[in-house]
Amino acid sequence: MSVLAHSQKRIKKAKVWLISIILLIVLAAIAYTFLYLKHDATMTDVGNRLASPTWGHPLGTDHLGRDVLTRLLLGFRLTVGYSLIALAAAVIIGVPFGLMAGLRGGWVDRLFMRIADGFLAFPDTVIAIVLSGLLGPGIGNLLFAIVLVKWVNYARMVRSTVLTEVQKDYVTIARINGLSTFTIMRKHLLPHIIGNVLVLASLDFGKIILLISSLSYIGLGAQPPTPEWGAMLNESRPYFQANPEMMVYPGLAIVAVVLAANVLGDYLRDKFDVKKEVQP
Amino acid sequence: MTVIEIHNLKKSYNPGKLAVNDVSLTIQKGESLGLVGESGCGKSTLARCLLGVEKMDDGSIVYNDAPIAHANRKQLRNYRRNVQTVFQNPTASLNPKLKIKDSLIDPYLQFKDDLQLKHFHFTSKQDFVQQLLETVELPKELADRYPHELSGGQKQRVTIARAISIEPNLIVLDEPTASLDVLSQGAILELLGSLQQTLGMSYLFISHDLAAVYQLCQRIAVMRDGELLDMFRKEDIYHTSRHDYTKELIDIF
Repeated sequence: MSVLAHSQKRIKKAKVWLISIILLIVLAAIAYTFLYLKHDATMTDVGNRLASPTWGHPLGTDHLGRDVLTRLLLGFRLTVGYSLIALAAAVIIGVPFGLMAGLRGGWVDRLFMRIADGFLAFPDTVIAIVLSGLLGPGIGNLLFAIVLVKWVNYARMVRSTVLTEVQKDYVTIARINGLSTFTIMRKHLLPHIIGNVLVLASLDFGKIILLISSLSYIGLGAQPPTPEWGAMLNESRPYFQANPEMMVYPGLAIVAVVLAANVLGDYLRDKFDVKKEVQP
Repeated sequence: MTVIEIHNLKKSYNPGKLAVNDVSLTIQKGESLGLVGESGCGKSTLARCLLGVEKMDDGSIVYNDAPIAHANRKQLRNYRRNVQTVFQNPTASLNPKLKIKDSLIDPYLQFKDDLQLKHFHFTSKQDFVQQLLETVELPKELADRYPHELSGGQKQRVTIARAISIEPNLIVLDEPTASLDVLSQGAILELLGSLQQTLGMSYLFISHDLAAVYQLCQRIAVMRDGELLDMFRKEDIYHTSRHDYTKELIDIF
């Protein structure tokens, strides 16, 4: 490959992740600032239902006369916010478990691995549906179910990293020098873990948004009138033929954010040079 | 003055077969003892027992007139502070995610409370790291590099700098030149020799390369199948009383 072609490829690659970041930042900025103040996302105006776009309602109104743009932007806050909460909880639970299993070994490790195998035997969506079905519909239960499904991935990844690294000579030398287990973890192992966790988290971010949206769509997650994107899709089903744009907006929003999150995840994976096998 | 004594050390991984069988050695202050033998003869196992990585089955290691098996926390700390190591594979010996300066400073950070360095005088950690790099003849700029940016020989110099950083009494060199090219091997051996003259520590130099051992060491010990067959001063290498296996090794080189 010539130098020119190579640099062109680099620029192209760089641009896609940059666009993703900019898209996410711009969406977040809009969602968290001015436009929200204009309308109340749950205020109905039945006299003005299913209206076409006007200056007052740039994306029109839905079947109850609520402003679609306001709901869409509030939906960004909810969907992205819930996804981040679930992600953070999964990481906070999964990483210490993985470290413990990897370093302690023995029965702790075996017990942990059997639990992990149990969760991994079923697709995420199925477990999430069963759990939130059992616990009852609602966003809190849905998040609980997602965390329960997702922490295993982090624990397993951290465990496998720890198991590989502790066999290497630099850890042996640190031990010969009498460094405590905690210091070895913090100084020598954490740098290996952080990159992987960051990559896995950014790839999971999109998956969790999809999970929240799809479970809300089938009525197990956010309940009306919450302007969650999946729930909005569900609500607009009866109006699909006359007003298809009601489905298009939240659908596009989901696609855009998930796509941006995945591109970002891929970029981070390349950047941190994580081996493919780490990805479950 | 004796730095370390090993008495009747035994270690076995599989029942019925001893990896190290009843080996006794002493290392004097400031001397290099070479330990030669083919792969799997137990020389590395001996080193790992010495470093406390493996538990020995029987025998004792005596440092400062105290067996380390019964050492208290403080004695053990003192032992660790004074027995450093350089392993065969420099790439595996450095954490790939840490800058050279962070890897170098590890032993110092661990033992800085009870260190009284004679050779190194420094005003800051940065100054210390640069002095260390200078001592092993590496450019100062490498401090902020990552291991993958260095060559094998450079990395091995870094691990040597790390080992000497706290001026230990003994450095266990477990085949430090085995994974390097011939030119780097010679340079590393020369460096080790000159460091010993400046800092006055002892070496236990483990190698399957009799020529390298001959170059660096004053005394040479030969191991086979876990047993110590022969031990002699370098000058006596061609003496008629040498063990047949030693003569065989000499013939190969």
